[in-house]
Amino acid sequence: MHLMSAMNAIPAIHVAIVGAGPSGFYAAEALLRSGLPVRVDMIERLPTPFGLVRSGVAPDHPKLKQAILVYDRIARTPSFNFFGNVQVGRDVTVAELRATHHAVVFACGAETDRRMGIPGEDLPRSHTATEFVGWFNGHPDYRDRTFDLGQETVAIVGQGNVAADVCRILAKPVDELRSTDIAEHALDALARSRVREIHVIGRRGPVQAKFTTKELRELGEIAGCATLADAADLALNAESETELRDRNNLNGPGNFALFRAFAARKPAVGQRAIRFRFHLSPVTLVGDGQVEKLILTRNRLEGPPFAQVARPTDEPVELDCGLVFRSIGYRGVAIPGLPFDDMLGTVPHTGGRVLDGAATLPGLYVTGWLKRGPTGIIGTNRADSVETVESLLADLSKGCDREKRGAEAVGELLERRGIRVFDYQNWSMLDTAEIARGKPKGKPREKFTRIDEMLAASTGRGNEAGRSFGSALEKTCRAMARS
Amino acid sequence: MPHVVTDNCHLCRFTECVAVCPVECFHADKERTYIDPEVCIDCSACIPACPVRAIYEVIDMPDDQRHWIEINAERARALPVVYAKQEPLPTAAARRAQLGF
Repeated sequence: MHLMSAMNAIPAIHVAIVGAGPSGFYAAEALLRSGLPVRVDMIERLPTPFGLVRSGVAPDHPKLKQAILVYDRIARTPSFNFFGNVQVGRDVTVAELRATHHAVVFACGAETDRRMGIPGEDLPRSHTATEFVGWFNGHPDYRDRTFDLGQETVAIVGQGNVAADVCRILAKPVDELRSTDIAEHALDALARSRVREIHVIGRRGPVQAKFTTKELRELGEIAGCATLADAADLALNAESETELRDRNNLNGPGNFALFRAFAARKPAVGQRAIRFRFHLSPVTLVGDGQVEKLILTRNRLEGPPFAQVARPTDEPVELDCGLVFRSIGYRGVAIPGLPFDDMLGTVPHTGGRVLDGAATLPGLYVTGWLKRGPTGIIGTNRADSVETVESLLADLSKGCDREKRGAEAVGELLERRGIRVFDYQNWSMLDTAEIARGKPKGKPREKFTRIDEMLAASTGRGNEAGRSFGSALEKTCRAMARS
Repeated sequence: MPHVVTDNCHLCRFTECVAVCPVECFHADKERTYIDPEVCIDCSACIPACPVRAIYEVIDMPDDQRHWIEINAERARALPVVYAKQEPLPTAAARRAQLGF
């Protein structure tokens, strides 16, 4: 194997992975499965690993969270180190990681969201799906957000699965959420919710809605809630008919059949209602100091099948509502020290190698949503990370003669800076504590939602003691070998 | 409910499904793949990945494919996990064309 012979001079390949979500773990897996002597050091800004599987997947979808079992197994392999509570850019720089590791893989995801770009977007009571989902999932960044759930009418702009999650958590009877891992502060707020009518608004038609049929069907099955659609919106143009008939159209036909069924429903007294609205784009949010009304424009569809574009007409539509969520896509955040494509919200790359203009930057790689944009689901990241790691290993096989110190060097650096590293043993203790707190409440876990509480709940040095002993021992051995 | 690999995998064995499975629930023999229903988390990543649409969620299965539910469960128990994408069978291209994909 080329890489083996190129590596004769060094005992191990040290790779740093920035970000502990699915794409980071699948990159770790691909590296550890390569058969080469790789040491993987995963650096994560939160004390808790697992990215959106922990803080994005909805609490009432617990099965999807079982992906964590795979990540846990990876994290427990001996050549894997977890550096939680460490932020690249603030606590350690990209340049420093390039010095301590043979390669750095960025798997930081897409932490912010796309804006609608309309007046009034930042008014109180205008929110993003990102913050609402983070809030009900107990993400520390969103712990103190508040949402006026006393409002009866809510508008969600967007018709993808994240919009479906926001809608479902607002629409479900709160008792159905009590036995999930939803954050306590969210459960309390939802128990007092007066939300009655939720408009889920898309700029194109029912055939173009991005829901997977499974998620849309689930909305239609919420107890005490009627899902409704306007028959007028279901009159299709020829291009949409063509899209519907296409064999490769996975969700269109199922979705359209569901919307048809919704159009035949009637709202019942006392029931919540979810109204699917189509061919509408938001133009302005208005209100006296906070959102009171959403002004939209009616669209018509133009273009060929599978490239139908919404074009505004002059027909304004008004919706009185006091709470708005935009759910039109997550967006990546620039990392200090890395190139960034501001239009796409991604790091430019070729096959996962980071690009600066036309040149690849040696030793720097990207995977996951930061690489390809916020598309796909958990498993999509697996194939993606395999591609990035293939590029990485191919590059290393062309020349890997420099010995690096990896985890030991980063550990020393962080200790000098007084950074409290949260290692995997710390996470295990926190995990156990969350599960124990959830038991008396009939919940799978009660999450910690503040960083200082997480750090306090898991005192004890975990692997730190073992590592400092190991490095002291190694120093002694090397000193002895030199003399 | 779990996902199931049905008829179309036969003579293909593309294993594009394996590449996108987040939980390594695919098992295989020399001819085709099978999903372990105990491990599958219903994420549906595999459904669009299969070039010949061989995978269905149980709720969406055509009646004439339902016997595959039991076969997947049995064969997955007896066969090893496939961790990475592999070369399709030599008959795959022809079979794909014949199926109209």
